[in-house]
Amino acid sequence: MSVSGTLVAVTDGKLPLRAKVATSVSRTAAALSRAAGRGDGSVIGGWIGLKIDPDLLRNLAAGRAIALVSGTNGKTTTTRFAAAALGVLGPVATNSFGANMPTGHTSALAKAGATPFAVLEVDEHYLARVIEETHPRVVALLNLSRDQLDRAKEVAMMAQMWRTALAAHPDVHVVANADDPMVVWSAVNTGQVTWFSAGQRWTDDSWVCPECGSPINRAQGDWWCTGCPLRRPQAQWTVEDDGVLDPRGDWHLVKLQLPGHVNLGNAATALAVAAEFGVRPIEAVPRLASVASVAGRYAQVDRDGRNIRLLLAKNPASWLEAFDMAEVAPTLLSINARDPDGFDTSWLYDVDFSPLRGRPVLITGDRAYDLAVRLEVNEVPFRHVKTFDEAIRATPPGRLEVIANYTAFQDIRAELDRVN
Amino acid sequence: MSESTLRIVWIYPDLLSTYGDRGNMLILARRAALRGIPVETYSIRSDQAMPATADIYLIGGGEDGPQALAAQRLIADGGLHRAVAQGAAVLAVCAGYQLFGASFFAKGAQCAGLDLLDIRSDRGETRAVGEVRGDIDPRLGLPPLTGFENHGGRTHLGPGVAPLARVTAGIGNDGQTEGAWHGKILGTYAHGPALARNPAIADLLLRWAIGADSLAPLDDTWADRLRGERLAAAGAA
Ligand SMILES: [Zn+2]
Repeated sequence: MSVSGTLVAVTDGKLPLRAKVATSVSRTAAALSRAAGRGDGSVIGGWIGLKIDPDLLRNLAAGRAIALVSGTNGKTTTTRFAAAALGVLGPVATNSFGANMPTGHTSALAKAGATPFAVLEVDEHYLARVIEETHPRVVALLNLSRDQLDRAKEVAMMAQMWRTALAAHPDVHVVANADDPMVVWSAVNTGQVTWFSAGQRWTDDSWVCPECGSPINRAQGDWWCTGCPLRRPQAQWTVEDDGVLDPRGDWHLVKLQLPGHVNLGNAATALAVAAEFGVRPIEAVPRLASVASVAGRYAQVDRDGRNIRLLLAKNPASWLEAFDMAEVAPTLLSINARDPDGFDTSWLYDVDFSPLRGRPVLITGDRAYDLAVRLEVNEVPFRHVKTFDEAIRATPPGRLEVIANYTAFQDIRAELDRVN
Repeated sequence: MSESTLRIVWIYPDLLSTYGDRGNMLILARRAALRGIPVETYSIRSDQAMPATADIYLIGGGEDGPQALAAQRLIADGGLHRAVAQGAAVLAVCAGYQLFGASFFAKGAQCAGLDLLDIRSDRGETRAVGEVRGDIDPRLGLPPLTGFENHGGRTHLGPGVAPLARVTAGIGNDGQTEGAWHGKILGTYAHGPALARNPAIADLLLRWAIGADSLAPLDDTWADRLRGERLAAAGAA
């Protein structure tokens, strides 16, 4: 099913005048923001543009074939993979800096100019609004788990918001994770769903059925509600060994530069999304292999004989994935609790740090003491360092894995000269 | 399990475990083990019977729906009431603290609580979110309380309980007092989790449970640093 030929190409000439002015101002502001060193310009331009034309996102989206990617974890990487895969068909607009709210989408589309395709990462709170404004062809739903306890909505409430949004748009094709009961419940009543299975390491937010409140049972990758018919649907796309099984039963070896089982799952999701646009896995797989890092995540930097790799872990589910990705090597953990991280560090006790036993562990960050107490209880020996430089000096030459939460990650990235 | 083993129960982790409250169980178990006290921990799900013979019971924070459900099930089960009557020690946090009282508000309605603490909770004008700090009741002989609070409720104390602490930063029950205690039951709004930030409270629960006046000291270098940092941060806020 290839659609690129039937698309009406978006050009700036077809935008309403107000949108044209807004687009131009938005691009200028983004350029100024970058030039002034105030960031990558991925938010400020969209913010100014939307002030001038509140319908700017709607106008910029019109005529493009769009995929949205949402979920608690993996959306930046999956968006990057899906954009790479859709590149087979033509130019793709995407918010590749992870600016995943409507201002970021507006900036991304304005900056890209006329493209037949767009793949947009969407903050899970904004999914309903962005579906409304961009009329996507495909929405990919990855997972839902606890994140930022002091602010975010509870997981069941988020699933309900998704369910309502999707029910209002039966024309949208949903690509959803069969292994996450919350995701399945949010998508199961919509018109068209393609299910993928990428496994789910974190299950502590789906013990109770969102439909009926009964316990959910799990065994050998399967799950089912003990009180109602909700159960794991048959997946059409499945991670198997080091590859992906497609709906026709063909298995594709997927060699990635990004580490971990979780990224194989993200790749499977991207292949399923791309297939909805008519891209065959055989065309898409080589493009996934070209992705080396995503907004600094997984980036490897050589410094003073150390090969430093950066892993972002924002919430309990992504910490578990990071431990899986990290090599058995000296590991620096860094925790902050600033506004974007959430102020409550209690979640540290939702994560089992025991996989780190046997590796030299260093800790740093604003909230290193919370981490210290947590690691002591978990019987993981550690050393506290005050700076990133001290961490490097404390590590022998070779691999240094760095696992950090959001602002701690940005701090370290800045120290490494904003690696990309 | 033998009579000489300390038994710790975590109540309904499937309903009330939103704020890392598992940490309270991990810390109690570790502090007991470091002193050579044999310890067993039990996570009792809401579809299981609540044992009445454990020594320490822990209950944590959660959202309105699960909180109301937990109260109903605990009342119907009766095991926790029997345990308290037999002198078990309890640490109840946030939603778990509220449901130990006579009544609490969840999903816009008043719900019956376990009536094990003489408190009742209703809704506040604003949500209390941030660092909380207080001077603990001198009769307990503990250093200041530190925690992170995140709740919409306000709790009113009756004559049958004493405030756990006088608030010096944050909101707690009502901006004046924080938490409550009676017998061997402690209630608090403090997450962090509470016992990670307040190891002296963990040791108080252990002393109550084993009937000891004192315990061998532990190396609390990191916990003390964490406490110093958090107590100062609450003062600055
Ligand atoms: Zn059910």
